[in-house]
Amino acid sequence: MVRDTIRFWRNGQAVEVSGFHPRTTLLDYLRLQERRVGTKEGCAEGDCGACTVALGRIRGGRVHYEPINACILLLGQVDGAELVTVEDLAASGELHPVQSAMVAHHGSQCGFCTPGIVMSLFTLYHEGERPLSRDNVNDALAGNLCRCTGYRPIVDAALEACSGQADDSFSANGERTTQGLMRLADGRDVFVGNESRFFAAPASEASLAALYAQHPDATLVAGCTDVGLWITKAMMEIEKIIWLGRVAGLDAIEESSDALGIGATVTHAEIHPSLARIDPDLGEIMRRFGSVQVRASGTVGGSIANGSPIGDLAPVFIALGAELELRHGDAVRNLPLENFFIAYRRQDRMPGEFVRRVSVPKLKGDEAFRAYKISKRFDEDISSALGAFKFTLDGRRIAAARIAFGGMAGTPKRALETERALVGVSLDEPASWGEAMAAIARDYQPLDDHRASSAYRSTVARNLVFKALSETASGETRATRIAGRREALQAAE
Amino acid sequence: MNERPNMRTPFPSPHVREGKEGGVSAGLSNRDAHTLTSTSSPQGGGEQVELLRHVRRPLPHDSGIKHVQGVAQYIDDIREPEGTLHVAIGQSPKARGRLISLDVSALRSVPGVVAVLTAADIPGKNDVSPAFGDDPLFADEDISFLGQALFAVVATNRDVARRAVKKAVMEIDAEAPSITVEDALERGETVLPDYAYGRGDPAAAIARAPKKLEGQFRVGGQEHFYLEGQIALAIPGEDGDIHVYSSTQHPTEVQHVVARVLDVPDAYVTCETRRMGGGFGGKESQATQWAVTAALAARVTGRPCKLRLDRDDDFILTGKRHDFRCDWTVGFDEEGRIQGYAVDLLARCGYSADLSSGVVDRAMFHADNAYWMPAVRIASKRLKTNTVSNTAFRGFGGPQGMLAIEHVMDRIAWATDRDPLDVRYANFYRPGENLTPYGMEVEETDTLLNLVRTLEQTANYRVRREEIAAFNASSPIMKRGLALTPVKFGISFTLTHMNQAGALVHVYQDGSVHLNHGGTEMGQGLYIKVAQVVAEEFGIAMERVRITATTTAKVPNTSPTAASSGSDLNGMAARIAAGAIKKRMTAYASEAYGVPEEQIDFRDDRVFVGNQSLSFDELAKKCIAARVQLSEAGHYKTPKITWNREKGTGRPFFYFAYGAACSEVIVDTLTGENRLLRADILHDVGRSLNPAIDIGQIEGGFVQGMGWLTTEELVFSREGHLLTHAPSTYKIPVASDVPADFNVALYPNENREETIYRSKAVGEPPIMLANSVFCALADAIHALDPSQPVPLNAPATPEAILRACEALRGRPMG
Repeated sequence: MVRDTIRFWRNGQAVEVSGFHPRTTLLDYLRLQERRVGTKEGCAEGDCGACTVALGRIRGGRVHYEPINACILLLGQVDGAELVTVEDLAASGELHPVQSAMVAHHGSQCGFCTPGIVMSLFTLYHEGERPLSRDNVNDALAGNLCRCTGYRPIVDAALEACSGQADDSFSANGERTTQGLMRLADGRDVFVGNESRFFAAPASEASLAALYAQHPDATLVAGCTDVGLWITKAMMEIEKIIWLGRVAGLDAIEESSDALGIGATVTHAEIHPSLARIDPDLGEIMRRFGSVQVRASGTVGGSIANGSPIGDLAPVFIALGAELELRHGDAVRNLPLENFFIAYRRQDRMPGEFVRRVSVPKLKGDEAFRAYKISKRFDEDISSALGAFKFTLDGRRIAAARIAFGGMAGTPKRALETERALVGVSLDEPASWGEAMAAIARDYQPLDDHRASSAYRSTVARNLVFKALSETASGETRATRIAGRREALQAAE
Repeated sequence: MNERPNMRTPFPSPHVREGKEGGVSAGLSNRDAHTLTSTSSPQGGGEQVELLRHVRRPLPHDSGIKHVQGVAQYIDDIREPEGTLHVAIGQSPKARGRLISLDVSALRSVPGVVAVLTAADIPGKNDVSPAFGDDPLFADEDISFLGQALFAVVATNRDVARRAVKKAVMEIDAEAPSITVEDALERGETVLPDYAYGRGDPAAAIARAPKKLEGQFRVGGQEHFYLEGQIALAIPGEDGDIHVYSSTQHPTEVQHVVARVLDVPDAYVTCETRRMGGGFGGKESQATQWAVTAALAARVTGRPCKLRLDRDDDFILTGKRHDFRCDWTVGFDEEGRIQGYAVDLLARCGYSADLSSGVVDRAMFHADNAYWMPAVRIASKRLKTNTVSNTAFRGFGGPQGMLAIEHVMDRIAWATDRDPLDVRYANFYRPGENLTPYGMEVEETDTLLNLVRTLEQTANYRVRREEIAAFNASSPIMKRGLALTPVKFGISFTLTHMNQAGALVHVYQDGSVHLNHGGTEMGQGLYIKVAQVVAEEFGIAMERVRITATTTAKVPNTSPTAASSGSDLNGMAARIAAGAIKKRMTAYASEAYGVPEEQIDFRDDRVFVGNQSLSFDELAKKCIAARVQLSEAGHYKTPKITWNREKGTGRPFFYFAYGAACSEVIVDTLTGENRLLRADILHDVGRSLNPAIDIGQIEGGFVQGMGWLTTEELVFSREGHLLTHAPSTYKIPVASDVPADFNVALYPNENREETIYRSKAVGEPPIMLANSVFCALADAIHALDPSQPVPLNAPATPEAILRACEALRGRPMG
């Protein structure tokens, strides 16, 4: 049975919505239809966080809250979740602890970013690490821009309010909410609209394969962190949307001793811990990937399938030797990830074919991995360049290298010349590294753009070859890094 | 009083803690209702004791409790009247040329489109400029920048309007645009005449000096990135009346320009602004165009019309902080003391004058910062480029002029091999050497010297200088840097007539007070500060004072809320208004009770009349019964200021605000990545009206300034496209950019001038505290090769830093 509505949990009851335009964003639904205007539009591209709301979903038997940018989330994507907005926190007449702390610490000035910040802190209040560190708070706020306060009072408010055990109406109602959400999880295909304009959320891979084969012109949406901007900024006339978020099994993480299988709809937030266990640098890349909001929505499959030359996952996966699995109808094929990227925004994907999973080999005992994200701002920024290095070591010599960069070409791309130049190089003879450092200029002829000049990208890439070799030689990063020092990351693990 | 349903007490326990230096620091703790403070005045007036109930207390922002619940209403949150239409702007796809034809007929047939507005639909003048008549509402002939408004679509919803604007057909005879300072210099195009002043013969002084340096220093612009974008809602009334809700710092200008464009008297137009979601100067003159467009749409359609710019359009269509090229020459002695300084401030103004007259004047006024220049020439050009018209931004040109001289201080320090702080000390204004290049005496020379000396101690500058040198000696890749820089900022509008304000205060029969003034609230806490002043005046609880939206119908002919002047001007005007009412109430009570006026005291929500007392509301009732007027319009104008621009001399500022910051950074010299590790700030707000609000301004200003000088980079293509047009591409600071070790304190001082409770303005000066971050980055790079100057321009992006590092390594980046 197909369901022609979406259903979500709101203020302790189920809400059912039908007949909406597939492009309707959650923010427009809140502000224009519910007329709840506490949630603000700051940028309409998922970067400022003013529109942050919380979505609750069941994981491990209880409700977990994640912050979401409502401006680039489709209304249909809240199906099956609890939706919490800033108006809901103090509903009983008392300010929520994060709200009280924000007032007491003078955490608002103009107040326009404040609802979003309150909602990010609400999720931190429920989900944050204990003990909560200032770094945890900064990570939680990386997707919330404030132009007035300089953040200090907001961070202080967070440290005060979010350090203890959650004790609010949401934790008190947790059991009831869990039951409500379980009742919503009906495993049915969702199809809202008609053959020419629809929002569909198939519940199984078979339904998805059939629907997409039937409508190869439909737009597949996983997290919507990219397609959202096609709608709000490019104003593309997207009429058919297939959301992958309800496809059973596509969100599976399969971990074996030598590889990590990542389903296409696994979010960045979900895969973060598994990647961090492969290598601390991967954990750091994930920490700096977008923001908490973006990582909660964005998926591994989406990040790869959209073919961005500046996505951070593709180059690190290519360096690790990842394989991609695609499906069309009933046909499944595999290919090395680097072969998927043909040219700028052109991928080896047939009409009606979708990314099913990516398989990422783990590091072997004789392999060393280093990855560097270079951006104007450390947090919540798109890379000017991202370099990922995997060295296979033979004692103190490099037996083989796999290197890939993002931001250096029209696609994520391997540095084959540099890889060759590194074979046989000794970690103990820095004087012999020059050839490899020079080779990178033959691998890439990057572009000038608003993030960085070609000269900067080339110089950084050369210097990163040096840095990767130095760090592999010394085994240390204390003297070579500002952020993401491996010693600290390993100690935290 | 039930506007705040969810708060138990509107002003939770306020608190003040004496800071390390006797000032108030960022952590604020509990205190009793009355704040008892003592101070010794700089004039040697001895100890004085103040008994104040509200003023000087760290009350939270008046809307804080509403902000956190999402119930503070911004314009887009006002429930739209039925039938409200939505407006989108049609933009020029070319940066320079002539509009040959514009065909909007296809748009009119789009379902949902109600009207299309072009220049031909304007009943009055096609001019939304603040002063110089060079900003058309819709360009109809000359195209001046890419994105310039050519027409507007009015439709039943915003989505339809935004999609429809793309369908216009136009023909433009385009020519190559001027984008850079160099383009404008080559074409010789300016928006306003060149201007210069000075003293003595700097060329000769520099030639005579033992040492001489010259250079070219670039300072980048800055996008305001107020979180609430530009927005206005216009509602038509009878007889051509129009009520405009505008997110503007300057309601009077919106009112006046709406009237000008619609060809109605000012009296037919009301502009109302309850709050902005940030302004920072970006809504001083440049909120007007959007309010006027909405008003024109309302006039043409007869329906309420709303215009909210999309964030990308906001970036493209509204001006930014001016970027500058500063060509400088300096002569100095072996101690680094300046003997002569000459600077050409070449400002990129964009396509029109807007506020560039005052902005560049203020850059000139701060080209000396805190330093005595025996012979000096400050010259400026207001260059015209085919880019959006640059406008006010917190500091109003001051930061750019000031950063240039701070860069020169560093250059002198590197050339003399002296500590940059010592070079700065050597050049501070001091008694006898205290005349600015524009002939104003710096009366308060001791304040900045003592403030910087104090900060040098509390920040442990000398010890850390040695530690950093030791670190850098053993760290080839990572380099740390340290800088301590001062701020001296002139307070007053440099257009003298703008230094006035009005307020309107009513006392009602229940003892509640309606407060209105000409200042606007953009988050800076002006409303709470003025309310504190009024509650203090009447001796009543804060809850009795109802803060109301700024509107041209209550207080007319106001100046913009700008130039840091908000509380100085409006606080005084409100105090004058409240004081006049109180005086009448006192006179009545004196007569009614037969008690001399000196024995009547307003406090604790009561009025003490000799040995008896009555509640404030009882007295209000009695006054009304006795036909005493309980309403007053107060007006204030700043004394003492004079400025003769033709002669380049006078006293443009009532006083100076001071501050200093010490920043430590670390730089990765392989990538240019960097981080601020610690910042110590000591800032002079006189005697604070509200230390929590003031500290918020200082911290926020510093971080905003740090963004300006580090990650915030505006990039235009050769064709005139702004490539950094949204937060995804334009990077303002985030939480992790602010160091955990961030120490902010208020310098114990009082304004020597008679300002409101002897406070000092605080809005703009803190942005320049971030000069210390830029100078610290340069200091870190300098460690790579102390024999060379660091070729670093602002903003110091990772790319700019790596470029400087590679230059010092002798392998220029290309």
